[in-house]
Amino acid sequence: MSLTPKVGMALPERQHLCEVVQQMLYNASLWNGHRIHFDVPYATEVEGYPGLVVAGPLIGDWLHQVVDEWLGDAGMITGIEYSNRVAAFIGETVTAGGTVTAYDPESGEIRLEVYVKNDREEVLAPGVVTARLER
Amino acid sequence: MTALLSEEILSCIGRQSSPRREIVTRRDIRKYAIATDNRQAKYLAGDVAPPLFHVHLFWDVVPLSELSPDGVSIDTLLPRFPLEKAMAGGLDITYHQPIKPGDWLTATRTLTDIYEKSGRSGPLIFYEVLMEVRNDAGEPVVTEKTTRILR
Repeated sequence: MSLTPKVGMALPERQHLCEVVQQMLYNASLWNGHRIHFDVPYATEVEGYPGLVVAGPLIGDWLHQVVDEWLGDAGMITGIEYSNRVAAFIGETVTAGGTVTAYDPESGEIRLEVYVKNDREEVLAPGVVTARLER
Repeated sequence: MTALLSEEILSCIGRQSSPRREIVTRRDIRKYAIATDNRQAKYLAGDVAPPLFHVHLFWDVVPLSELSPDGVSIDTLLPRFPLEKAMAGGLDITYHQPIKPGDWLTATRTLTDIYEKSGRSGPLIFYEVLMEVRNDAGEPVVTEKTTRILR
């Protein structure tokens, strides 16, 4: 499969619905028992959140997926730097996307800026991904 | 700047967890792929693990009796810090090679740094944990540096 990255090109965005069954399965698969992810009275009354909090590493996974889907079998992600800045809550739909910021056709190395944002355009998690095209 | 960090806390820099060795299974990859809303066939079939799968593989499996009342497992690598409110942290991950079913992987975590800075609303404590994941041949598979901020 061929992929021709160009600096400045935007990746196809991907939307994710933060859905409660999926969140439960995700956290259970990790062995993450943090109540803010599944215990509504605890999350809202004790911790003061507006709802159940989406697990931070799941937002991180979506930063990877938007690049990984675009790469397909043409290459692999070699690294990422990101941080979780703003929380997401069950019921929200968030959008992952990214832009190519550098490409070296010699080495096949690509650099991308990526984000997951909510429907108020707040960036929940900004990041920088590096990837390499198979040659 | 107030010195929040005692000699005792700082002496924990360099502390290392005992290595954890786990096997990668197709079933675990499939569960992870489905739960993360992945839609690529190679991951949904469990032929290869998606990036970040190491988070799943090496999350501490602790007895329920060792969870704190909020359901969190206590990270025994860390000393008790004088600040406890966690703020956003960052991750810096390098993927050296793909993870496949049948791979035995070993993770070692090291507390690599503890330092303080003054923030706008008061002092902040930063700490860094390095997780190195290697295969049985000793080759690096994933390297992950986590930086966390406490206020």
